Parts: sequence; C-alpha cells; structure tokens
Amino acid sequence: MPETNRSAAFIDEMINFPSLRKIRLCMQCGTCTGSCPVAQHMEHTPAQLIAMVRADLREEVLGSPALWQCVSCYKCSERCPRGIKVADIIYALKRLSLRSGQASRRTPTPELYRQFVNNVYRHGRVSEFGLMAAYYLKTRPFKAWRALPLAWRLWVHGRSGSGRSGLSPQGRRQVQVLLDRARSLKRT
Amino acid sequence: MKTYNYFPGCSCSGGTARAYHRSILAVAAALDLTLREVPDWNCCGSSPYSSYDEMGMVALSARNLALVEAGGLDLVTPCSSCFVTLNWANIVLQKKLKKHESVKPVIDEILAAVDLKYDGGVAVRHILDVMVNDIEPGRLAACVSTPLRGLRAAPYYGCQVVRPDTGLDHPENPLNLDRLLDGLGAEVADFSHKTACCGSSLLLSREDPGLELVKAILESAQAEGARCLVTVCPLCQSNLDLYQSKVNRRYGTHFNLPVLFFTQLMGIALGLDPRDLGLDACLVPATEILSAYIKEQHGK
Repeated sequence: MPETNRSAAFIDEMINFPSLRKIRLCMQCGTCTGSCPVAQHMEHTPAQLIAMVRADLREEVLGSPALWQCVSCYKCSERCPRGIKVADIIYALKRLSLRSGQASRRTPTPELYRQFVNNVYRHGRVSEFGLMAAYYLKTRPFKAWRALPLAWRLWVHGRSGSGRSGLSPQGRRQVQVLLDRARSLKRT
Repeated sequence: MKTYNYFPGCSCSGGTARAYHRSILAVAAALDLTLREVPDWNCCGSSPYSSYDEMGMVALSARNLALVEAGGLDLVTPCSSCFVTLNWANIVLQKKLKKHESVKPVIDEILAAVDLKYDGGVAVRHILDVMVNDIEPGRLAACVSTPLRGLRAAPYYGCQVVRPDTGLDHPENPLNLDRLLDGLGAEVADFSHKTACCGSSLLLSREDPGLELVKAILESAQAEGARCLVTVCPLCQSNLDLYQSKVNRRYGTHFNLPVLFFTQLMGIALGLDPRDLGLDACLVPATEILSAYIKEQHGK
C-alpha cells in the first residue's frame, strides 16, 4: 500500500507564510497553551491546533471555534522556546478559515470581524457604534436591545462617536482601490 | 520643540477613547511636543483585518505611512493595536527580515494604483514611548506642579504595547509606565496582572471569557491596594471601565476602580485644566480620587 504523503499538504500551505516556517520545530511542550489566557475556553488549544495542522486535519482546524477565541496577546509567540510565532499561526488559520468559508458558525466572532472589515471598506475608518449596531442586528437581533443601557451610558459620557469627520471621498476611494487590489491577489 | 505625525486611530477619533485623544493633545502642548494629525488617515485594520487579508492589512498601513513619509517625522499612535499593526507592516516593508522581501514589490504596485509610494522611511511609535523617552530627563519632573502624592495607581500596560517585544521594555514585566507614574509623584502599585490581557474584542462577541479576564486584572490591582488603574490603550480602558459594573453583578464583587489614561494623570500632575483631560468620560467615576489634586492646583 503506497504511503500517502497527505501529512505534507496542510503544513506546506502553512509554511508558505514567511512568518510560519518554524512550525515544524514545534516539540509540543505546551508552553503556548499554558500561557494562553483563554485556553480553558478553547475547544482546541494552541498546541493542539499545531499538532492538528501537522496531522493534516485541515477541515477540523479551519472549522474550529477555538481560532476565534484568540485575543492576540502574543504571550505564546513571546514564550515559545522554539521561537515559533504561534499568534501569527492563529491569524493565518483565521484567514484561511474565513476565505474558504469554513469559519465556525458556533461562535459569533467571525461575524464581528466580517462587519469590521466591511466597515473599513465602506468608510475607511470604523465607527464603533455603527459596527456594534450592525453586528448585534446581524447576530442577535432579538437581544440587541440588551446593549441599550451601555449604549446609553456611553452616549451620556460623550463616548458614542461621530462629530469628527471621516475620510475625504478621495481618501475613501483610495482605500477601496487598495483593498480591492489586495484581495485580487488571492493571497491569504 | 519636537514634531510628530499623530495617528489617533478609530477609537481615539471621536470614539470611546476621546478622553485619551484630548489629554494627549493637552499634555503634548504643555511639554512642547507638536502632534500633527496624519491627513486623511485610514483605519489600520487591527486584528479583524489581519484575520481576513494579510496583504490588505499591510496596504492599509502602507497608505498611512506613505502619506507622511515626505516629512521624515516619526508616526506616533496612542492605540496599542494600531501600534502593533502599523509597526509590523512597517517592519515588513522596511525588509528588515529576508523572509519578508517578497512583500514590498507587491505593496509598491498596490500603492502605485493610488499614486502613493512608501520606501520605509517612517518610524512607528507608541505615545508611551514618546512620553517616556523623548522628554529630557528632569524636564517632566520640573513641569509637575501638583505631584500625585498619596494616589496609589496600578500601571496596566495590557499586551500589545509590550508584545511582540520591540526592545523598549520587558515583554512581561515592563517598568516604563511604573517609572513615569513615579515621576508624577504617584504611589505605584506593581501588580501581577500588569500585562495580562483585558480580553481585547472578545468582550464584544463572547462576553463570558472576557469578563473573567477583566475580573482577574481588577482583583490583582485591588489586592495591591490600588485606587485606580492607569492604561495606555483605548480598548483596555474600555474593557476595564465599561464592564466593571457587569463584573460586579456577575461575580458579586465590589470593584470601584477608576480606569484612567496615563496622559490624564500626566495632565493633572502638570496642573492642566481638567476640562481638557476628558475626566468626565470615565464610566467608573474618577472625580473622587482626583478632586484633591484638582482643588490643590486651583487653590480652592
């Protein structure tokens, strides 16, 4: 029976990202998991995700809700004894996940990020209130009213944004051209 | 007189961190630092864009850098996330590491489509770095008219001002903010969670894990007898301030720790008009702990 070389496929995809070449050096010491402030809430911990990448479990990794728990605190990257940029691996996995339509539906975070990205594209800057309104209406329309007390308190304290100008129309167009071009490269 | 390109970022620009923006401008004026807002700056994209399209994220940063390269001045931002994002894009575009060399030609082409170009000539800095390192030794102390004596403050750095490591401070046990607060006369409450994560944007989508992180930070600061927390990042301030009452309700705690931007405390110590420091923006009120210093400087 020919020995399949499937295990090379996903990891090769990862190694194409310049920051992630060291992924093969992982010795599964668990330092990243031990450092992660949200590991206890992750279905798959950082060390497990790396092991799964190396075991070519592409669908399981890209569909894992754990990717979206990452708060980018960079403790994992700083502490990895092999110098692996674990936080960057999580970012790359999130990109692959979103772009291939496999982002987990069991967590609302991908939708927050999608709304953010749309907001940046449309306006060139993010209006926090606009973003949160769009996000709540999309993900929990019948519970969106629960955010009103906090929204009210923020408004009373002058923290609800607007009043300052956004980008010029020319600036907004520039941003859109840049982002369109970047997307057309089909690089993750 | 030092001049900088100032990149406020979306949160400081009329968003939830207007107090940071206002206090930075007030303190900078008092210390002879000129901050020129980057004209027509765009969002850096932050974590969400980095989770979607890496080239797009670099392009967003590259536009901002290209807009100010001609002046040769440093770009300074108060937002830790903008700092990490812009700095990383800059490191890549400056081709500091061989592995990134293929990126710049791609970005050059993208920028050319909007008649912009960037050749790596800008340094990206965080406002904490500027306040700590660009003011002559002794100058800040000399400008302090109302030392914050008796104010026990917990210096909360959060993550992204110290990690990834830029060499400016220790990535897990930094001291720059501690020293700055000490220089303002405050009592520094060094605490275990000074670089623990506030939860970042997780509070917006998955509140429960985020609240745990906020609680741990507040608990740690309180355990050291802190009367307030001092932050350097808009999102950290938001999370610790906006969700403090929710933490109290969820866990039966009684935290009452105002969360101030470090420039707000600088402003008080420098005797600036409190109305220019955005103190009323705090949801957990800061007036009680600061009233003594404000009264002192206005002779009431």
